[in-house]
Amino acid sequence: MAPQTYFDAAAGLPLHPVARQAMAAAAQDGWADPAKLYGPGRRARQLLDAARAAVAEQLGVRADEVGFCASGTAAAQAGVLGVRAARYRIGGTVAHSAVEHSAVLHAAAAGPTAPVPVDRLGKVDVDAFTSAVQGPGVAVAALISASHEVGTVQPVEAVAEACTGAGVPLLVDAAQSVGRVPLPGGWSLLSASAHKWGGPAGVGILAVRKGTRWVPPWPGAEPGSLDQPGALNLPAVVAAAAALRAVCAQAPEQATRLSGLVARIRERVAATVPDVEVVGDPIGRLPHLVTFSCLYVDGEALLHALDRAGFAVSSGSSCTASTLRPSHVLEAMGVLSHGNVRVSLHPDTTAEEVDRFLDVLPGLVGRLRAEAGVVGL
Amino acid sequence: MTYGEQPPDRDASSLDATGGRATGVPDVLDCRGQRCPLPVIALARRVPAVPVGTVVRVLADDPAAANDIPAWCRLRGQEFLGAVEADGATGFDVRRVT
Repeated sequence: MAPQTYFDAAAGLPLHPVARQAMAAAAQDGWADPAKLYGPGRRARQLLDAARAAVAEQLGVRADEVGFCASGTAAAQAGVLGVRAARYRIGGTVAHSAVEHSAVLHAAAAGPTAPVPVDRLGKVDVDAFTSAVQGPGVAVAALISASHEVGTVQPVEAVAEACTGAGVPLLVDAAQSVGRVPLPGGWSLLSASAHKWGGPAGVGILAVRKGTRWVPPWPGAEPGSLDQPGALNLPAVVAAAAALRAVCAQAPEQATRLSGLVARIRERVAATVPDVEVVGDPIGRLPHLVTFSCLYVDGEALLHALDRAGFAVSSGSSCTASTLRPSHVLEAMGVLSHGNVRVSLHPDTTAEEVDRFLDVLPGLVGRLRAEAGVVGL
Repeated sequence: MTYGEQPPDRDASSLDATGGRATGVPDVLDCRGQRCPLPVIALARRVPAVPVGTVVRVLADDPAAANDIPAWCRLRGQEFLGAVEADGATGFDVRRVT
């Protein structure tokens, strides 16, 4: 078996070395309850405050606008539910793009929704989004910063302007953007996940700008606190903040390098694999993520073949999902959903790994098609 | 067109008017119980074997068919006519145009 090349950065990264160090130090020094008024508690409080300030600085907000949650999912859902609860008199409708992360869709589905379609490239229609937020009873709008499945960057600032005009707070799920690309402006709330930038799993970030109507959607939350109730995993929070600072320092350089590799994958896959649909916006896209669908190929079989060849990738094909439904993102775009592969790169990805992938892929797809008897269809 | 949606102006009996064969019965591929990409593969095998203008109906219950059959039509330059409820399943009608 070939050594595994990890091409699923969009799902989560291994712990950044800086995070590992920070986590060990904070476990030693920050184990106590930061709310307590004795020495170890005060020390834990200092670490928590420093972590919050570091995250706030990278997001371009004030420290008291940053809350920590138990996951990116919890953060995004708290964003949706907290505004919906605070603005219940206006109405409970959540206006959202059709390509939001399922975390947002599940939270929105607890009440009325106004989904906004995307085009073939996966980009939301700004005019349709504007009409949606101007509709009656819209409590909150949600727009993902860039698609976690196809990489298309959304017109967040134009939508934010429409939301401001309509007086509707906008939540931006920035899980794939934080630590990789400059963040758009104009939003009221932003959610992110430390696991996506090399922090530990189990740390979500919810930023809520001052003046946004938001109430904690959890029972018994401390008034004025944005943190999810319950003991924070302080060593993990400290590690997340340290990793974020480290990856943001390298982000411009990494974005340039990974964009080049992604462009090479897009070009070579289209040139060397017959009957392939490379999906997502070719220009306005995330630097690290690329998706394509191979006609007549079973997505699960392709995933296994790539795994045996030493590549860990993801797929939006229905046969790879526990629900046996195709990805709602691919469906919303109207692009082929079977034979789908998502490749997402990370700071340690090398050009050699990408080239090796590009060398083996056409043969694997060809073999699966030959086995299925679909060559020449 | 999304899964299960039925165009208001079409049903199985109106196929003559929209280009079905003279018998009024479209060419039917029963792909119920098959997972994607099998219904799409069955369609791709059938279409070259029928005369231009013929409507091929794919009966399928895999949720991906509603997305992937129209996508195949777009990639292959064939015409997707829509989805109809037929024989207790969803039929996806495709007209061979090239």
